[in-house]
Amino acid sequence: MRRVSSSPHFHSGASTSNIMYSVAAALTPSCIWGIYVFGFRALAVLLVSIVCAVLSEYLLGRISKEMTICDGSALVTGILVGMNMSPTIPLFIPAIASVFAIAVVKWTFGGLGANWANPAIAGRVFVFFSFSSVMSSFKLPRTLQAVDMVSSATPLSLVKTVLSAGESAGQNSLQILANNGYLATPFAQKIQSATGISAYNVDAFFGNIPGCIGEVSKILLIAGGIYLLCRKIITWHIPVSYLGIYAILTWIFGGIPYGLGFFHGEVLSNLLRGGLILGALFMATDMVTSPITHKGMLIFGAGCAFFTFLFRTFGSLPEATSVAILIMNIVTPTIDRFCIPKRFGEEVKQ
Amino acid sequence: MKLATFKKGGVHPSDMKSLSNTQPIVRFPIPEELVVSMSQHLGAPATALKAVGDHVSKGEKIGQASGFISADVHSPVDGTVTAIRKVTMANSVCCDAMVIKPDETQTDPFTKRRDYSAMTSADLLAEIKDKGIVGLGGATFPAHVKMTISPGKTVENLVINGVECEPYLTADHRLMLEKPYEVLEGVMICRSILNPKNTIIGIEANKMDAVAVLNQVIKEKGYPITVMPLKMKYPQGDEKQLLKSTINREIPSGKLPLDVGAVVVNVGTAYAIFNAIAYSKPLFERIVTVSGECINKPCNLIAPIGVKVSDLISFAGGFKTEPDKIISGGPMMGFAFFDEDTPIAKGTSGILAITDKKSYVKTACLSCGRCVAACPIGLQPTKLYAMITHGRYEDAMKNNLMDCKECGCCSYSCPAHLDLVHAFKTGKKMGRKK
Repeated sequence: MRRVSSSPHFHSGASTSNIMYSVAAALTPSCIWGIYVFGFRALAVLLVSIVCAVLSEYLLGRISKEMTICDGSALVTGILVGMNMSPTIPLFIPAIASVFAIAVVKWTFGGLGANWANPAIAGRVFVFFSFSSVMSSFKLPRTLQAVDMVSSATPLSLVKTVLSAGESAGQNSLQILANNGYLATPFAQKIQSATGISAYNVDAFFGNIPGCIGEVSKILLIAGGIYLLCRKIITWHIPVSYLGIYAILTWIFGGIPYGLGFFHGEVLSNLLRGGLILGALFMATDMVTSPITHKGMLIFGAGCAFFTFLFRTFGSLPEATSVAILIMNIVTPTIDRFCIPKRFGEEVKQ
Repeated sequence: MKLATFKKGGVHPSDMKSLSNTQPIVRFPIPEELVVSMSQHLGAPATALKAVGDHVSKGEKIGQASGFISADVHSPVDGTVTAIRKVTMANSVCCDAMVIKPDETQTDPFTKRRDYSAMTSADLLAEIKDKGIVGLGGATFPAHVKMTISPGKTVENLVINGVECEPYLTADHRLMLEKPYEVLEGVMICRSILNPKNTIIGIEANKMDAVAVLNQVIKEKGYPITVMPLKMKYPQGDEKQLLKSTINREIPSGKLPLDVGAVVVNVGTAYAIFNAIAYSKPLFERIVTVSGECINKPCNLIAPIGVKVSDLISFAGGFKTEPDKIISGGPMMGFAFFDEDTPIAKGTSGILAITDKKSYVKTACLSCGRCVAACPIGLQPTKLYAMITHGRYEDAMKNNLMDCKECGCCSYSCPAHLDLVHAFKTGKKMGRKK
């Protein structure tokens, strides 16, 4: 049987499910690291969020007779929700977050492609504001301390607490961490004495800090991001503009809360802390909720950077990246409306 | 070496040319029956000059141009008109066609070379018109209309299109390799009509052998022609992109190359012009690539206009595997058709039998922006698609839908497999109606 259709009769082979499964694959190494350092409890959290997300997608698909379970988007949402949870969280919280993400954020607006916010981020923010205290209690990774079940503050929240107590005039965040006896691995200390790079930054880079399951290992997240860039699943625009503008803002204004004045911000430490890398590479780059033009993507990244910096440096809650991305998700349609690409031949060069 | 190219948009499909780019051009034998369409060009169809039972000789005019933008049609063989009937061409145009049964013995009246050095540019243009030459790149715009320069306009650049950016097609490539003298002489005839300052031949970098061959002949003959290799990127061979790449000019929306002082002529057209002027030979045959992964012996053929696709395919050894689609032209902009008895026309650069690489399972638009990044015109296909599927044709027109040239880059890169080009074709029709 011959087929007849409009041109083109050729296709790049890209598909929605291919994109989604590639993103899931890119996130996997970081999840595995999270499970390794935080134990099987982390695996349970991840499984609960994935199962709840996929199940919600399935049920809603059955109800609306529009089966989209195979495209993998619910799987990615589930993984991201799980990665954004503390490993000690009671298991009903990731379940609520996943169901909220899929049922409320994604499906009430029409399912894949129609959601106004990144479902995983909206799910995380929803449970964060509902269960703030459990959402911000973390445990030390096994690489820092062999004894299990020690709850600990993340570097970000510890520094924030010390700063608000007002006992640290003239110290930068690394000095604050050191003065408060924050732990570092022997490996990182060796690197510090060899190269002068702070042991806390080395630990943050390799994932030996307390934090959410999927956000701790920066090196594996960056590897996943590079994989997506090489596969051309994401473009460089959002991560580069997000991280770049954030670095510049931090360098200029980041020293102010420490009483250090302008141009004394700690760029590297701030880039490696919290969920910034995970957010910039995997959550801000969500296609549905980011602008369609490259110019719009650059503006979107800059906006994310601005709000992340604002909330992280001057805000009182340890919740910057996801709220910043959520705000920019809402701004995205407006960006798309005003960023219209230049048409071919619009300006004639004579 | 950094190759010239256009910046905005474009995609990189696999070129698939190795199937047929080493196959020399072979002459297709005279078939049992020819179906010569009266509408093989852009513009008004020609009027049939012969009736059923009339004898026609090879190269005789059988269709008269009816209007300024129209072209004459000539008989490819000595033979008898057995019927005049409606025929549906591959591009869905339905028109009158003359069915010709070739004679047992064929003459060849176009072997004597004439001296055309005394002909003025008006004579040359009249001869091009008389021989029914149209643009062979695919658009089939009558050549004499394109080369008639209205007073007050000058041609600064003559750009010869040897890009052939569509995957699979190798007709122009083989032509440049095998007939470089003829092609370049055709280019020189165009030069003498248009008097351009510069003459540039743009060739995509997957045909560096053709670049070398042409350069050698240019050097030997001392022609004032530059050959410019261009980066491989679809749609490099589109007029707008080609002028951007070669002379860095952008044709404004709705304007013609002449508005930026340029004329673009395909290499196949240059060869046809050479034949028309040097041998008084009308355009009644052309080089066709018969290829695709389902064809047994992909090849490049000189085939008479009006030969049926089924004849070409059986000459190429038939199907290796059953194809999903048969396409006239290239896979990016060509037309899929189902009737293998459809005849070829002046604009048929290739007949492809391929397995379908398109998925018919759509998902919702992810607004990933790949179509926006791929659009060489700088449109926002996803937004236009939404407007058209919601019936907002006027909004789509306001957002420059008419600038879309259906090159297919958006559909090619869409991960949701949306039928973007199909929607734009519909949208243009509906928008024009209102």
